[in-house]
Amino acid sequence: MKFRVKAWSKTGRSRVGELELGSCPHTFETPALLLSTRKGLPHFISPQLLPSLPSPDSFLLQCNPLHFIEGIPFETVSRIGGLHDMLGLREYALAAAPRDSDVCIPESNSSNKFGASFETPSGRHLIKPIEYMKMISSTKPDLWTTLADEVPAWVSQKRNRTSVDRTVKWLDECIGQNVTGGAVFGSIVGGSSIEERQRCAQEIARRNVSGYWIGGFGLGESMEQRPALLHAVVTNLPEEKPRQIFGLSLPEEVLQGISAGVDLFDSTYIYDLTIGGLALTFPVNGTEPHPSDYQLNDNVSDFTKINLKATIYRKDESPILDSCNCYTCQNHTKAYINHLLNVHEMLAQTLLEIHNTHHYLALFRTIREAIKGDRFEEFKHKFIQGRREASVL
Amino acid sequence: MEIMTPFKFFRVVFSLSLQSPVDGKPMLLTPEESIQIQNRIGADIIMALDDVVKTTTKGPRIEEAMYRTLRWIDRDLCVKGLVERNLPGYAIGGLAGGEDKDSFWRVVAQCTASLPEDKPRYVMGVGYPLDIVVCSALGADMYDCVYPTRTARFGTALVPEGVLKLKHKAMADDIRPVDPTCECMVCKNYTRAYIHCLVTKDAMGSQLLSYHNLYYMLKLSRDLHSSIVRGQFPQFVCQFLQKMFPEGDVPEWVCNAMEVAGIDISSCCAPFPMSHDEHQTIYESKWVA
Repeated sequence: MKFRVKAWSKTGRSRVGELELGSCPHTFETPALLLSTRKGLPHFISPQLLPSLPSPDSFLLQCNPLHFIEGIPFETVSRIGGLHDMLGLREYALAAAPRDSDVCIPESNSSNKFGASFETPSGRHLIKPIEYMKMISSTKPDLWTTLADEVPAWVSQKRNRTSVDRTVKWLDECIGQNVTGGAVFGSIVGGSSIEERQRCAQEIARRNVSGYWIGGFGLGESMEQRPALLHAVVTNLPEEKPRQIFGLSLPEEVLQGISAGVDLFDSTYIYDLTIGGLALTFPVNGTEPHPSDYQLNDNVSDFTKINLKATIYRKDESPILDSCNCYTCQNHTKAYINHLLNVHEMLAQTLLEIHNTHHYLALFRTIREAIKGDRFEEFKHKFIQGRREASVL
Repeated sequence: MEIMTPFKFFRVVFSLSLQSPVDGKPMLLTPEESIQIQNRIGADIIMALDDVVKTTTKGPRIEEAMYRTLRWIDRDLCVKGLVERNLPGYAIGGLAGGEDKDSFWRVVAQCTASLPEDKPRYVMGVGYPLDIVVCSALGADMYDCVYPTRTARFGTALVPEGVLKLKHKAMADDIRPVDPTCECMVCKNYTRAYIHCLVTKDAMGSQLLSYHNLYYMLKLSRDLHSSIVRGQFPQFVCQFLQKMFPEGDVPEWVCNAMEVAGIDISSCCAPFPMSHDEHQTIYESKWVA
């Protein structure tokens, strides 16, 4: 793995970096979004449609090895040659973490000193470091995060302290397995305690890792608590190594993370929107006019996204967004997608996932340009103001 | 692009009683409305409304259906303002309703024998690859069926040997492609083991198998066509049957149909073919190891 910071913001901690991973031929600019997958492939965009997504941004995928438990034996994954061969994605960069918010959810009450517990579609599983490393060595991702004991924001001080101790211990056990290939990111927890966050970051910073995975967010803390917690973590990490975070979904949350100095974002936001029949419509560069349907009520549009199941779109022959050049907006109308949703056709989700992915990647690109032009804090302020104003109308 | 417009029929009055695909409520459709809608959505080929009865129905209901269908065609012709006596093509309907195979092929054979040679014959709702090969031998030209995609959603792949049930436990560590002879994107990139972990659980499983199954059906059509053009149709049929019935247990109905079609398949039939019932059991439980 190679990472270097290319541009710094003069105010705040946001930065633009360049990331190369494994044998993937692409160089990724950060801050970047990792596209979420189910068992390694997008939820609805079939492999032959992937090249229609923006390049190289769409070549960076998240993959959770726990998705394969009780689906395919890990020995079989090894025999096939690992994830890249199994998924037919040899030119893609795959980043593995055991956490996602819709399929493998940390079950902190059942975690113990031996391993982390997760609720999965095949039941609850206790994953020990040694088992986790077997998964990593057979899947061979380009980047992987160490096993963490993530806890929700409301746990006791004692439980929180324990989670930090365990996470550090498991990191040592994971690295100790000496699995070669793939960049290792050390996991940092600490819940909603500034001291524990600091302590954990300092411990992990001492270890020989290529980057950092900031876990434990998206588990009950409020948006107001987050900046201080992120600050406590990032200020204790070396500047030159990349930081990845899970669970910051909304644009406002992503902007918060970027302000704090996070480089890689992994969330199921696009999937959640897609299965809800929602399409992103917010202006990406902050200076575009808002979509002009101010009269619409909450069920239909909140000026950042539209609900294509709503009956007002039944005869709407315009694309989701006139200015969008994704496959969906270039070829289909809101009326058609509304119809597909009504008759329960899977094509609706495919078209929505394409558009939402396009749109969100465009936001990240705009953010990077703003940082390079040293306009990030201004951009962030305008963007958030714009969304607040639009929702007041 | 061609769009064909099939409808599901239930009972008959002056118009057709259908079930709305959106909310399941009953709705009536007249022949005129049927043609209007098909024209408006821009279909290249449109179907006259027909009064469908089960092939197993006997008695005056059949005659009633025939005359009603003819009256409706007359109404459609008037609506379109056509004066032609010849229709551009013919559809053979009312099959694929679960009738036994013996009746099925006989009805197709009878229709293709009586319909003009120079117009396309479209067998609606067919079907299984074997049925398509037989109907093609009997002179049918066009088909439509939900089978390839529906069976894909249930985790079943179409292969030269018949079907492959990807849900089966044995697939979990089988690292071969679904069909080693297939050139499609799915067979070139994915293993049975990976698809096994997707099927019936994730939308992507349905997509990958649907893709392969459609590719399989399109290739079958292309192969049927080119074998006829090259004058090697009987050889193609034999190869097809040999792959699907390696023990020579070709079903009796297929043998009878091929005889009427004038195709010699004796090289792929075992000397003492099994009874119809014995064959059904093997065909349905067949999967490839």
